[in-house]
Amino acid sequence: MAETATPAETAHVDRVRGARRSPAEHLADAFTSGSVPGTVTLKEIPYQAMVGIRVERTSDAGARVASITGGLPATCGEVTGAGAVNALWLGPTEFLVVAPEESHDSLGGTLVSDLTTALGSDEGQVVDLSANRTTFELNGSHARAVLEKTCSLDLHPRVFKAGTAVSTELAHIPVMLWKTSEENYRIFPRASFADFLGRWLLDAMREYASPEVP
Amino acid sequence: MLLISCPNCGPRDETEFHYGGQAHIAYPENPNDLTDREWAEYLFYRENTKGTFAERWVHSTGCRQWFNMLRDTVSYDIHSIYAMGQPRPDTTGEYGQAGGAGLAPGAPTTSTAAAAPTSSEGV
Repeated sequence: MAETATPAETAHVDRVRGARRSPAEHLADAFTSGSVPGTVTLKEIPYQAMVGIRVERTSDAGARVASITGGLPATCGEVTGAGAVNALWLGPTEFLVVAPEESHDSLGGTLVSDLTTALGSDEGQVVDLSANRTTFELNGSHARAVLEKTCSLDLHPRVFKAGTAVSTELAHIPVMLWKTSEENYRIFPRASFADFLGRWLLDAMREYASPEVP
Repeated sequence: MLLISCPNCGPRDETEFHYGGQAHIAYPENPNDLTDREWAEYLFYRENTKGTFAERWVHSTGCRQWFNMLRDTVSYDIHSIYAMGQPRPDTTGEYGQAGGAGLAPGAPTTSTAAAAPTSSEGV
């Protein structure tokens, strides 16, 4: 995309990038100072492209959409797509596609238009939800301990395996919780909850900055 | 806190769900033919069962799907969870056997959260 962009397009992309404010931008310094490297760290991954999809996954339209997202998950918790574009299961006919920000159409990508074209005039919907949620990344050996302070799900690795994503509640707010690897969690709160959840997680992480009391 | 087995997502806390009132209330065939009283009864009159009650629930912070549940309004025991559109299962005999076809594994029966976990630790 970048190599074919005209100067006008590049200027437009720069304008879009300059105008954006991420939901937890004001907490970036607090995230850095509140993180305990090697134990638990928190950061925001802003501006990820997200697309909400409603389609019957076994239909023709579902198959066309799946060819772009690298498959559509069949059951709760499943995540499809091995590369940068992943599809998370929200419901039997509802999915959330998460991709890097560059794949968004306003930044020169083609993700939303590709998905819209794939769905065509068939039953279903493709909605650009990139501004709906932000992404927090909680990483480290104590990341699970932080989440377990509020999450009612069983987060033990024998139950909640790496590579699964569920929609649930953290600190009484609805989020998507995606365990990307054994010690790495991506949390998708709605934008308006980002400040609250960011501060909540910082508070929950604070004890791990001190030496453990035996 | 109830631990409710969503047919799609498995056991989740009650806080993730919303209640939808009594189940199996059919929309009138010809609403225009009803008297005001019949219409009011369709809209507002509900059973106030003491005992096993069929009700609707939605997993609002999960899969956002509706389902039916047979719950004891006295003991809060959940006897059966079954899909929308299915008839009320007969649970007059053995409890916990019901549960409609086509549900996720482990879906049909749950007990209250208070009775389920950590019971061995406190003793």
